[in-house]
Amino acid sequence: MIEFRNLTKVFQDKKREVKALHNVSLKVKEGSIFGVIGYSGAGKSTLVRMANLLEKPTSGQVLFEGHDLTELSGNQLNEVRQQMGMIFQSFNLLKTGTVYENIALPLKLTGVSKSEIDKRVEKYIQIVGLQDKLKAYPAQLSGGQKQRVAIARALAHEPKVLLCDEATSALDPDTTEAILELLSKINKELGITILLITHEMNVVQKICHEVAVMEQGKVIEQGSVIDVFSKPQTDTAKRFIHSLFNDDIPGDLLKKLKNNGKLVALSFIGESAGDPALAMVTKKYDVFPSILGGNITDLKERPFGRLIVHLDGSESEAQKAINYLKESGVIVETYNKGGINHVN
Amino acid sequence: MLTSITNFINNWGVEIWEAFIDTMIMVGVSLTLSIIIGLPLGVLLTLTGPGKALENKVLYQILNTIINILRSIPFIILLFFILPFTKLVAGTTIGVQGVIVPLVVFTAPYIARLMESSLLEVDRGVIEAYEAMGIKTRHIIWHVLIREARPSIILGLTIATIGLIGATAMAGLVGAGGLGDLAYRYGHLRYQADIMYVTVIILIILVQGVQTIGNRVSARLKKD
Repeated sequence: MIEFRNLTKVFQDKKREVKALHNVSLKVKEGSIFGVIGYSGAGKSTLVRMANLLEKPTSGQVLFEGHDLTELSGNQLNEVRQQMGMIFQSFNLLKTGTVYENIALPLKLTGVSKSEIDKRVEKYIQIVGLQDKLKAYPAQLSGGQKQRVAIARALAHEPKVLLCDEATSALDPDTTEAILELLSKINKELGITILLITHEMNVVQKICHEVAVMEQGKVIEQGSVIDVFSKPQTDTAKRFIHSLFNDDIPGDLLKKLKNNGKLVALSFIGESAGDPALAMVTKKYDVFPSILGGNITDLKERPFGRLIVHLDGSESEAQKAINYLKESGVIVETYNKGGINHVN
Repeated sequence: MLTSITNFINNWGVEIWEAFIDTMIMVGVSLTLSIIIGLPLGVLLTLTGPGKALENKVLYQILNTIINILRSIPFIILLFFILPFTKLVAGTTIGVQGVIVPLVVFTAPYIARLMESSLLEVDRGVIEAYEAMGIKTRHIIWHVLIREARPSIILGLTIATIGLIGATAMAGLVGAGGLGDLAYRYGHLRYQADIMYVTVIILIILVQGVQTIGNRVSARLKKD
């Protein structure tokens, strides 16, 4: 649906060049929710703004349904943009217009008839659940309500894609949750492809099918959310996942435990989350597992659990236990302070 | 007391009324023409500025310089300085017709600057949202940029109108009449203080009225 090919963007400052994007290639599949995550300054905002050419690439191609947007004329680009909705961190509504006007005006300016405008406003205000606010001005709405209006405004053009530029970053956790549910519903029920960028791992975890991790203008890791969550390859990806579980173990305890046996992080995905693999270990091998921390969360409706476990016992028994766990479908990693590393 | 007021009105009523009408014509016509010239100039300044949608260094610098030069010249000097130009455009350099040209040359650059600062206040994000929806630039200028800036534009125009009322007072020097001229000729030159006081009071009421209306309209348009 959307494809970025070898995108590079260089911002020319007075004295120096800033490379915001470095040879980025990504493919967003039709019907999916694709998340791009990174710390601020990673280039993710530049990237999403290239999907509709709000930002022009220095080199590379942006393809939408197979057409290279960088080759289109101004009018052709406007037509394509009408098929791509976009929402922003700061909502970007007209302060001087009512909710109705905010949704209706862009439709009017793109030549939609009056009766069709009324029909669409009614339909999409219902989807975002603000039927009773049509006459309100943005200043009278909460942050979450403003974002709902922005979503209705974007949907009213009946786009194929919705681009979300840090759409939940200005909202509190409860409102974020509600907006994410709405985006998920839009994806499922209206079949709209979503490309979103965020710096919050829980956004990716809750609604994305696929994720790309960005750092210093490069995509350093990408794949399905389950894969990236269960087998993160890069330190940045690990840090993001770590931020979600918050499974730090105090340094003193860590030192003490390291002298004896093995300290591991066990990840359970989907079906394996239900098996009593850890209980079996104590029966089969001469090890004593103690659970130091743990958490279970939903990854796009699949349970994803993580336990920090100390396996007390001889080196060889602990290794056997680890092998057994791996065979049972558990992902085993050694635990270090502030992160985890794969065990071979 | 009552008779003296009646006498004053009988003696000066017509003159004051005519002067008032002259002032209104000068202000009204010059203001309209200045908005027609100044608003697009303000839009152009805003859009061609550094880092803006239609960035154009050459055009921006030319406009910037011309506006700065015109704004540095005091009206009383400008009035005489551009006499040949006035003659060329208006066909005359005297009377109400002759003073409109210098008033517009004086006010339009001022309005352009005021419009520029109003338009620059508009949230860049809203404009971007409309660009992202594939809306044409000319629609964005009118329906987003100017619309969102309206409360601030009205306040700017209020300031410009009051400046313009002040400038018309000097128009008497080319025989254009008006309230300022009446106060100057009779009040100052002929020592008829009562005429001066009455015209000054009328000017005060006029300025107060314009400011109040400006503030009210702006507040009504403002929705946040």
